[in-house]
Amino acid sequence: MMTDKSAYTASELLAVMSARLLDDGQIVFAGVGIPLLAVTLAQRLHAPSLTILFEGGVIGPFVVPGELPPSTNEQRCTRKANMVLPITDVMLLLQRGYIDIGFMGGAQIDRYGNLNSSFIGDPDKPKTRLPGTGGGNDISSLTNMIVAMKHEKRRFVPEVDFVTSPGFLSGGTSRADAGLVTGGMFRVVTDLALMGFDGENRQMKVLALHQGVSRDQVLNNTGFDLAFDDELTETEPPSADELAVLRKLDPEQLYTA
Amino acid sequence: MADRLQVKPYLDLRAETQARDRGLHEKVMSLEEAAALVHDGDHVAIGGCTMSRTPMAMIWALIRQGRRNLIASRSIMSNEGDLLLASGVSSHVVTSWFSQGIVWGISKVMRLHVETGKARFDEWSHMSMGLRYRAGAMGVPFLPTRSMMGSDVGKRAESETREMTCPFTGDQLVLLPALNPDVAIIHVQRADSYGNAQIDGLPFMDMDIAMAASKVILTTERLIDNAQIRRAPDRTRIPFFTTDAVVEVPFGCAPHECYGTYEPFFDQMNDYAKLVSADPDKGAARYLKNHFYDTATWEDYLERFGTAAMLDASRRGRSIYDD
Repeated sequence: MMTDKSAYTASELLAVMSARLLDDGQIVFAGVGIPLLAVTLAQRLHAPSLTILFEGGVIGPFVVPGELPPSTNEQRCTRKANMVLPITDVMLLLQRGYIDIGFMGGAQIDRYGNLNSSFIGDPDKPKTRLPGTGGGNDISSLTNMIVAMKHEKRRFVPEVDFVTSPGFLSGGTSRADAGLVTGGMFRVVTDLALMGFDGENRQMKVLALHQGVSRDQVLNNTGFDLAFDDELTETEPPSADELAVLRKLDPEQLYTA
Repeated sequence: MADRLQVKPYLDLRAETQARDRGLHEKVMSLEEAAALVHDGDHVAIGGCTMSRTPMAMIWALIRQGRRNLIASRSIMSNEGDLLLASGVSSHVVTSWFSQGIVWGISKVMRLHVETGKARFDEWSHMSMGLRYRAGAMGVPFLPTRSMMGSDVGKRAESETREMTCPFTGDQLVLLPALNPDVAIIHVQRADSYGNAQIDGLPFMDMDIAMAASKVILTTERLIDNAQIRRAPDRTRIPFFTTDAVVEVPFGCAPHECYGTYEPFFDQMNDYAKLVSADPDKGAARYLKNHFYDTATWEDYLERFGTAAMLDASRRGRSIYDD
């Protein structure tokens, strides 16, 4: 049986499930779209002292419901912020180590959590030139990552065409060996499941299925062998309360259509 | 031309700076006069980020004057990047992200030009763009970073970066080469006639690109008196001696936003996206004709958006001060 799609959209499910992963008091570096929505949702629910950082140079804003910014670089990102500062300086906070979680969307991901937002096909003769890294490469190089994305075979590939934002590279100790001595993939949230990464081989594995989703359904929508955790659980579906707050934040469904 | 992006020898950089007119005097001029300070082949750094404080009026003037072979760099490029490529003003961009904005999807104009090999898109991480400008502003040939390693973004930039083992700790680092743009074009809320600029809201990378560049062209919503600058010197973000030109251009970022003054013109941005999605080549050409080539003045350009759109954007823009 599928999840009750009539009750909420896939994007709403993503936003709610990822918001639950955030703890009060954390400093979270959030991208635009679902991440921005999820951090704001967490702030309004269980994590009122969660601090949001936006790439545009914003520390600790409260985004106004119904006035979501089209990127992390417009004035709407600065509402009730504690500080605004140059882009380079807010990015450097990642390198300095002040950030608990980096939170982004993803176009294409592989078994080691490497993300591609640069090229589909051969980078020298690309089938599709995607927009590029933005801060993604920096965020995923320098802190622990949550990625929220749709669970589709074409997005969950054995090996990404191009590593824009590094996950665990080729697994094992390869990330640290490449000089990335901190951070790494923490969680991947999709409309089907919640995933983490094995502590040794660093491959993606399913930690929990969303209500009504089967193992086969996950496997059929994944382009590589995906392991299931020994203690596989099921997530609680979005509550009426969570959905109500979420819909107030994004009444025009700018990010959640 | 790409040698414009190579690290400038320090003594050349110093000599160039010494030779610049750094006096405290009037630099006010027209958009057309300021645009003439940009030469074919120059590396032009564009201030602001995505849809914010984009120096659109200066880009309008550069496109109208038919500048060629500019290398355009910016923290993040929105559809001003489309217009630079489609007009033939630039076929080489250096940035971290390039599309109108995530809610409009991937830029079809960028795709057309980059996928057919007509344009070159050098991709650097956002922090790397910032550190490259900052190195340029600091007068050092590079800055080290702990980012860009292990990834293909780093690999693709390998011919321009170096790896280093830290002599103190043994840590692995990547060295990012300084950018000293030939010209920085920056839009601000207020500037005086000498080129002291105040920036409200997000400063993006603008202080660094101003300090790094060999020439700075400021466009400003309002031209204010130097006495007003001196009353609140803590608000000055760009000092007069880096500035070569000051142009007063109200709504100088339209249809993008200028913090506290106007938000993006969302309907017009939607219209643009629709136009170029249907046909990136002809759509962009039509937009350029209507909004750039067929508008003799900046006022003409703004009239294409209409009073209602301007009022709506400015009402939303000023609402930031309601909190």
